[in-house]
Amino acid sequence: MLTLQCPYCGVAADETELSAGGEAHLKRFGPGSSEEEFHDYLFTRENPRGVHFERWRHSHGCGKWFHAARDTQTLEVFGTYKAQTTEPPKDIRDAITAKRPGWTWRDVA
Amino acid sequence: MSEPVSALNKAGFDGIAHVQEIGLQGMITLRGNLAAKDLKAAASAVAGVAMPGVNEANCEGERGLCWMSPDELLVLCPYDVVQANTAQLQQALTGTHALAVNVSDARAVFRVSGPVAREVMAKLCPVDLSPAAFSPGMFRRTRMAQVPAAFWMVDEQTFQIVCFRSVAQYVFDLLSVAAQPGSAVNLF
Repeated sequence: MLTLQCPYCGVAADETELSAGGEAHLKRFGPGSSEEEFHDYLFTRENPRGVHFERWRHSHGCGKWFHAARDTQTLEVFGTYKAQTTEPPKDIRDAITAKRPGWTWRDVA
Repeated sequence: MSEPVSALNKAGFDGIAHVQEIGLQGMITLRGNLAAKDLKAAASAVAGVAMPGVNEANCEGERGLCWMSPDELLVLCPYDVVQANTAQLQQALTGTHALAVNVSDARAVFRVSGPVAREVMAKLCPVDLSPAAFSPGMFRRTRMAQVPAAFWMVDEQTFQIVCFRSVAQYVFDLLSVAAQPGSAVNLF
């Protein structure tokens, strides 16, 4: 069972109170992009064993979208942060480095 | 004009706790910048209570303000003045980026009361309801079994629950089952 703290209302929300929103920090490729870029944007996803960044929505609570950094293997949660960012904030990355030295995720490290 | 009726017409159930649909309650959804001075003033003027903090409810009788999300308040008022109060809010917020809507008829309101009311609620919600973690004055939006709900404590032994009107019967049945005689867990 996963418990994530919503960064907007501060509630420690049970997984069943949340909706999963898939991989975080996707860059949108829309009109004007190449077919390959559009294909990757639609279908290509990270599937790591270990550190992962995801979007979640506090759907049975305050209704806000947020991001979570967690480990898909151990279910350990490194932290949650607000959605108004295009990359994981430094304090989250530092928290992961402290526990998983040498981790990488896409082009983030 | 037709006579308004609540979803379950004040149905009640007695078990280890008393479950009661409390009938008509005026409810106004107010969305906007909760830090804005004019919105705070307008909400407080209508509800007659101070602005609640994050995850808090300020209620006095049928009036109150509940913190729903970073940009949403639930304004409580008696049912017979809800239309006037909605208009008053809209008037006060003219020109600001805000929204006030009367949602009274879209909701149902329940009360669960008794010494083990906390247990009845804890059976249904993924929330820490121990006295240390949840107390009167706090407000929580969550899930009750399969449906969204919000609740706060009127006093140490009474919960007030707001849910969608379309699931009122479901919520009443849930609460009744959770309050079945002999089902006390005596956890809290």
